[in-house]
Amino acid sequence: MTLQEARALGTVMETPAPRPSRARFSLGRWLLPVYSALALIFLLVPIVYTFVFSFNDSLKSNISWRGFTLDKWTNVCAAQGVCEAFGNSILIGVIATLAATTLGTAIAIALVRYRFRFRTGVNLLLFLPMATPEVVLGAGLAAEFLGLGADMGLVTIILAHTMFCISFVVVTVKARVTSLDPALEEAGRDLYASPGQVFWRITFPLLLPGIVAAALLSFALSFDDFIITNFNSGTTDTFPKFIYVSAARGVPAEANVIASAVFILAIVLVLAQQISAAARRKRLAKVQ
Amino acid sequence: MAFSAFASAAPAQEPAPKRRSKIALLLLAPGVLYLVIFFLVPLFTLVTTALQAPTASGDIGQYVPGFEIGNYATVLAQYSPQILRSFGYSLVATVFALLFSYPLAYFIAVKVRHRPLLQNLLLVLVIAPFFISFLLRTMAWKSMLSDESFLVSALKGLSLMAPDAHITGTPFSVIFGLTYNFIPFMTLPLYAVLERLDTRYLEAGSDLYARPFTTFRTITLPLSAPGIISGVLLTFIPAAGDYVNASRQFLGGTGTTMIGNVIDSNFFDLQNYPAAAALSIILMSAILVLVIVYILLSVYVWKTGTEGLL
Repeated sequence: MTLQEARALGTVMETPAPRPSRARFSLGRWLLPVYSALALIFLLVPIVYTFVFSFNDSLKSNISWRGFTLDKWTNVCAAQGVCEAFGNSILIGVIATLAATTLGTAIAIALVRYRFRFRTGVNLLLFLPMATPEVVLGAGLAAEFLGLGADMGLVTIILAHTMFCISFVVVTVKARVTSLDPALEEAGRDLYASPGQVFWRITFPLLLPGIVAAALLSFALSFDDFIITNFNSGTTDTFPKFIYVSAARGVPAEANVIASAVFILAIVLVLAQQISAAARRKRLAKVQ
Repeated sequence: MAFSAFASAAPAQEPAPKRRSKIALLLLAPGVLYLVIFFLVPLFTLVTTALQAPTASGDIGQYVPGFEIGNYATVLAQYSPQILRSFGYSLVATVFALLFSYPLAYFIAVKVRHRPLLQNLLLVLVIAPFFISFLLRTMAWKSMLSDESFLVSALKGLSLMAPDAHITGTPFSVIFGLTYNFIPFMTLPLYAVLERLDTRYLEAGSDLYARPFTTFRTITLPLSAPGIISGVLLTFIPAAGDYVNASRQFLGGTGTTMIGNVIDSNFFDLQNYPAAAALSIILMSAILVLVIVYILLSVYVWKTGTEGLL
């Protein structure tokens, strides 16, 4: 294959479908791009607002603009309870993510790789939590914990979050297990690797991107959950619950600082991943 | 079984392997057990709680096991406005989200298809709201729409709004908040199906002298049906159960309470657990009916797979 041909192939692989011939199908050449730009700006408005008001020299309530300050950024924990709530959210997110990712990954492997009875039942059990409104999940768990006489707090929140994260982990990891070629593991076994070696040296590394994606999704779901948490938290505050509770008298600007910092971190991670993936695509096209 | 078609979304060809069911059991047991204990048992607890009767002394928050089917009649009679409002608000919000998202998803999925980096960046913008707290986003809208806000004073200054009118605390602001918060849940499944749309069909349509609208109605729309259905469910289900937007601290008022708000207040303020449980069961049943309708429609009418939902 000549270099030109390879390059052409690379381009073709990058653009799986032919270009739409614009002149004929666009709802007017500019209407759609302009609408899309406005729609995206609309989606971002509250984010910008939250970020801008993290610099507001506000007192208790953070509704009207009172002047620019960096104080809230340099002294985040000044608002009572906000850092404690944030710490709780991180702790809950990490433990629930670890638990849900472990349980969910095992289920995903079993679903794709093994034949067993009650498959339909297991699929249904995984699907239903995703189709159940949060308020029902929250009230049900709270009724159960109440009946058991359990103290509501960190432990009950973690138990609840692990539950609703499992299904999302299974869906995410399952896609990865499906795309995994069993021949690779067979090759390992043929070379006398023990089942443990096959799993840790071959299966696990190949599944890792899916597992990481699932873990990130779980953490994000746990971190931002309010409704289920509210039913099962007792007096313990998480970051979203802190906002809900303080909403009546005004959310302090420090909450905006934390949310903005988390947002920036998340968006930087996602953009870095996107850009490196694009660079890899380009490099691959060149090498070929 | 329809349900297995529904649940096994990703693989078109389940490899149906054989081998050692003991290992399968070992892998499945912990997670399945967990879901039984913390998902199924709670649902069952709701069913039994909804049938509980007050104690003889009638203490607040004290109930004994019973078979009070009448609890359902009581909450239906007492809270039918909230129940109907929940489904009404979320239906309207779902329609708005669909109208808002479809052109956006089409643009990202089809029009910028030949520029993968731009496409991915635009997708990141769609999901960007997920990276900032749901409650703060809603709080931000509350501030921007409140009576002291720039927008409202400008509208009043221009006499476009009556001096004593409000935006927050009205059905409008609640539906607005629901729409805003669930737009990404609508856009993503639409994107997923439109991204696979083969534009050669569209060319074929116009080669056969179909007007753009006809091409859209007869080709694009049917091909994106699975995404529309998924998006509608992913928006409608959480919107119907949401009580943040409708609560008074956020975008709602006294006349906008939804079923989630009354479940919350019955549970915590009134400690009327049977009523909260009965309302939860009513909400859950209504949603299940919708899901089953979805399965029937997708399998028998649209004859599409169920990809994209999960």
